[in-house]
Amino acid sequence: MTLTPVETLAIILALAAGTQLTRWLPFWVFPEHKEPSPVVTYLGKVLPPAMMGLLVVYCLKGVVWTAAPYGAPEILAVAVVALLHLWKGNVLLSIAGGTALYMLLVQTVFA
Amino acid sequence: MEEASKKGGRLFALKTAFPATIPVLTGYLCLGMAFGVLMQTNGYGPLWAILMSLLVYAGSIQFLSIALLTTAFDPLQAFLLSVMVNARHIFYGLSVLGKYRGLGKIRAFLIFGLTDETFSLVSSLEPPEGMERGTFYFWISFLDYLYWVGGAALGAVAGNFITFDTTGLDFALTALFVVLFLEQWKHRENRPAAMIGVGCTIVSLVIFGADNVVIPAMVLILAVLMAGRKKLERTEESKV
Repeated sequence: MTLTPVETLAIILALAAGTQLTRWLPFWVFPEHKEPSPVVTYLGKVLPPAMMGLLVVYCLKGVVWTAAPYGAPEILAVAVVALLHLWKGNVLLSIAGGTALYMLLVQTVFA
Repeated sequence: MEEASKKGGRLFALKTAFPATIPVLTGYLCLGMAFGVLMQTNGYGPLWAILMSLLVYAGSIQFLSIALLTTAFDPLQAFLLSVMVNARHIFYGLSVLGKYRGLGKIRAFLIFGLTDETFSLVSSLEPPEGMERGTFYFWISFLDYLYWVGGAALGAVAGNFITFDTTGLDFALTALFVVLFLEQWKHRENRPAAMIGVGCTIVSLVIFGADNVVIPAMVLILAVLMAGRKKLERTEESKV
């Protein structure tokens, strides 16, 4: 431990406070008893698909596209997830299949 | 009698929610354990890893916290960094304002635990007919929380005993987001917004780089969504 226990606890509480602020803010700004404005209702509809797009790209942000293996494990695994999902429509199968392939690729083929 | 049927209802909600959370189970156990191991190797024992996971409950900032715990004490910097890294959660709250309306006491816990993965599941899934919305979302949120804290505890206590190669196992979370993205994509009226999300994040990634991608991406997404509101609302209506 670099910090003292009290300092460590203070850091943990500061991190928790920052995280909780981002989670609670919308609920404070738009309290339950008030009818949400049309803009908020609109955002509630369009933000989920947009944020899912953000999260997919965010997960792949660390991939190096300009040097070997040029993101090949990620491209292949994402393609398999998508194909499995379009074919069978089974969430667990798609995720398990893609993850197994990815592990195989990064541990053996592109290791 | 009423209590008994209610309990049955809760158990049924748990049984329905559990399969949906299995991908998160895989990803969280894996990442949670990695976090526990990292804390351990930096001199912070199991109790610290568990306490942090219980109170902070946010993946990326917990990994960054190790840098904060191994340098000069600066809680203000920790707070600000935590707000910036988790800024995307603001959009999650905005998205589920409607879903989380009128849920009483459970609501506070749901908001406390609104992680990337829990948000993805909650925003993509509706409880089956007749099931209480709050109970269903509670189980999803609670199970995810359990996986995360459990993973950290396991990693901190037993991380050194794992002998099989887990490299790449955390891809389960990427795969989960890809699947949920496709689930959104199935509904034609969601496609413009989904493309805006992908496009803006790529643009932000190219301009600002991997370490600073999130906040510019959010600003850009919000700007494009607001600028295109008239058009997008027309697509929304045309689904009927």
